[in-house]
Amino acid sequence: MTSPARSARLATVGETRDLVQRGERSATEICEAALARIDALDPHLHAFTTIARDRARERARTIDQDPARRSGALAGVPVSIKDNLCTRGLSTTASSRMLEGFVPPYDATVVARLEAAGAVIVGKTNCDEFAMGSSTENSAFGPTRNPWAADRVPGGSSGGSAAAVAAGLTPLSLGSDTGGSIRQPAAHCGVVGLKPTYGRVSRYGLLAYASSLDQVGPLTRTSADAALALSVIAGHDTADATSASDPVPDYEAGLTGDLRGVRIGVPVRLLERGVDDEVTGAMDRAIEVLVARGARRVEIDLPYAASAIPVYYLIATAEASSNLARYDGVRYGFRAAPDSDRDDLRTMYARTRARGFGSEVKRRIMLGTYVLSAGYYDAYYLKAQRVRTLIRRDYDAAFVEADVIVMPTSPTPPFRLGECTSDPLQMYLTDVFTVTANLAGLPALSTPCGFSAAGLPIGLQITGRLFDEAAVLRVGDAHERDTDWWTRQPTDPPGTEERRN
Amino acid sequence: MLAFAMPVVFTRSEIEALAALANLELDPAETDLFGRQLSEILEYARQVQEIDTTGVPPTESVATRHGVDRPDEVRPSLPRPDALMNAPDGAPDAGLFRVPRVIG
Repeated sequence: MTSPARSARLATVGETRDLVQRGERSATEICEAALARIDALDPHLHAFTTIARDRARERARTIDQDPARRSGALAGVPVSIKDNLCTRGLSTTASSRMLEGFVPPYDATVVARLEAAGAVIVGKTNCDEFAMGSSTENSAFGPTRNPWAADRVPGGSSGGSAAAVAAGLTPLSLGSDTGGSIRQPAAHCGVVGLKPTYGRVSRYGLLAYASSLDQVGPLTRTSADAALALSVIAGHDTADATSASDPVPDYEAGLTGDLRGVRIGVPVRLLERGVDDEVTGAMDRAIEVLVARGARRVEIDLPYAASAIPVYYLIATAEASSNLARYDGVRYGFRAAPDSDRDDLRTMYARTRARGFGSEVKRRIMLGTYVLSAGYYDAYYLKAQRVRTLIRRDYDAAFVEADVIVMPTSPTPPFRLGECTSDPLQMYLTDVFTVTANLAGLPALSTPCGFSAAGLPIGLQITGRLFDEAAVLRVGDAHERDTDWWTRQPTDPPGTEERRN
Repeated sequence: MLAFAMPVVFTRSEIEALAALANLELDPAETDLFGRQLSEILEYARQVQEIDTTGVPPTESVATRHGVDRPDEVRPSLPRPDALMNAPDGAPDAGLFRVPRVIG
C-alpha cells in the first residue's frame, strides 16, 4: 500500500495559487519543492532540457517580498515552458543542435504574460526537434520517457511538457500544437491539453514550424486549470498580426458542469476503422458520462477528415521549409566550421544545416521544398489547400448539428520507444484525429478518459467552433467532475525521494 | 495528370538538386534514404490528388477576421547589440554579422 503522502493528489494550478494568495505557503517554498522533485525525477524522465534554478528562486523571492504580486492569477505557480518558446536570458533550443547555446534577447508574449500573472518558470521542456514529431524521440538531446511506463513514449512533440505535468513536476506547462503536439502527448501522459483557436493566443516568440497551423496552449491536470491558464495567455498582441482581437471571455466562469441541451457530435464513420478497441470503449463510456449530465449524442460525418494526414503533411512541410530557411549559421545558433579558407557562403549554409538539423527536420524540409518547387506547387501545395477548404466545410456542416465534436485524441495508447522511428509514414498516421483541428483552426482539448489494461492513459478529444474554447472547456470540466481518471498519478520510479508540493 | 499516374521515383541527382534548393548538404546514405522515403510519402499523398476540388478555393486563412493594417510609424525594436548577441561570428563593434566570402 502507498503511504498517505504518496496517495495525496497532486496540487492543481488553482490550488497552488490559492495557497500562495492566502499566505499558507510562500512562493519560495513551492518553488523549492518543485525544483527538488525535478532533481529527483527528471534523471528518469528527461522532461527538461534546461532547469532554471537561479531564475526561478529569484522570481519566487520577488513574489514573496511584494504583497501586490501575490494577487496574480498564477501567483507562485511553478510552470515549465516548451523549449521552442523564447525566454529572455534563458536557453531556447527547440531541442535542436542548431540552437544549442541560443539565448533569446526577448520573451515570447505568452511567457511575458505568465510571468506578469505571477508564474515562476522553473525550466524548459524537451520536445521533438523544432516540434516535428509525435513521440519526442526526435529531440537532439535524447527522448523523454512516459511517466506511466518508462519503455513508452510520452507522445509529442510537447512530450516533455506532458511528462512534467503528469509526474507532478509543474502543474502547468506551455506547449505548442501544429498537428496535435499538445493534445496527443496530453492523452499519452494522462493530463489535459488545450489547443486554442488559431489566433486566440499570440505566437510572437514561438519558433515557427508551420505558421498557418501553429498555436500555443496549456497542458494541465484539469480543464479548470486550462481555463485559468488560457485566461492569462489569450488575447490580441500587436506583435503577432494573426492574433485575434476578439474579446477574451471569462473561461473559468463558464465551467458550470451544466451540459443540458449540449449536442455532442460523434463522427461515427471516421471511427469505424483503425481505432484500438480499448480506446473506443473508453470514448464510449466518456460519452455516456456527458449524456448523464444532460448532453445529447448526435451522429455527424466528416467525410474529408480521412484525407487530413496527407493534406497536413503537404502544407506543414511546405511552410516548414520556408520557416526553417532562417537557420543558416549567420545571425544565431550553430555554424559549421569551414573545411578550408576556400569555403564560400553557400557551402557554409549547406554544411551548417546538414550538421545542425536532425533527420526528421531535414526530411520535412526536403518534402516541403519539393511540394513548393516549380511544376509541383499547384499539384501538391495548392491542391492540399483546396482539400483543406473541404475539411473546413465538413466542420461547418457538422457544427450545425452539434455544439462540440468528440473522438479519441489518439487511435492507440502510447507506443514503445523505438517502435515507429524507422518508418516516418507510420509515425505520421498516429496524428489522424488531431491534424484536422489545426487545418480548420478550431479549438480542441484532450482530457483523460481511461486507461488500457496495461495501465496506459487514454485521452478524449473535444473540438469546438472557432473561438468557442468556452464550450470545449465546459464539456471537459463536466467530464472530470464525474470521473477520477485525471486524479490518478504514475508511481515514482524506485529509489526517488517523495517530495511533493 | 500524368505526373500522378505512376509512383514518384527520385533519381539520386534529383534528390541532390532538391537538397541544393533547400541549402542542405546530404551524404550518400541520406540521399538514398530520403529519396525512398519521399517516394513513399508522396505515394501515400496521391489520395489527395484524387479528390475532386473543382470550384473549391484554396484556404488562405482560417480564423483571422480583422484588419491587420497599422500606421507605418517608426517604433522601438531590438537594440543592435542584442540582435548581434547570438551571432556565431558577430562583429559587434561594427554592428555587423560576418560571413564567409560570397564571390570567388
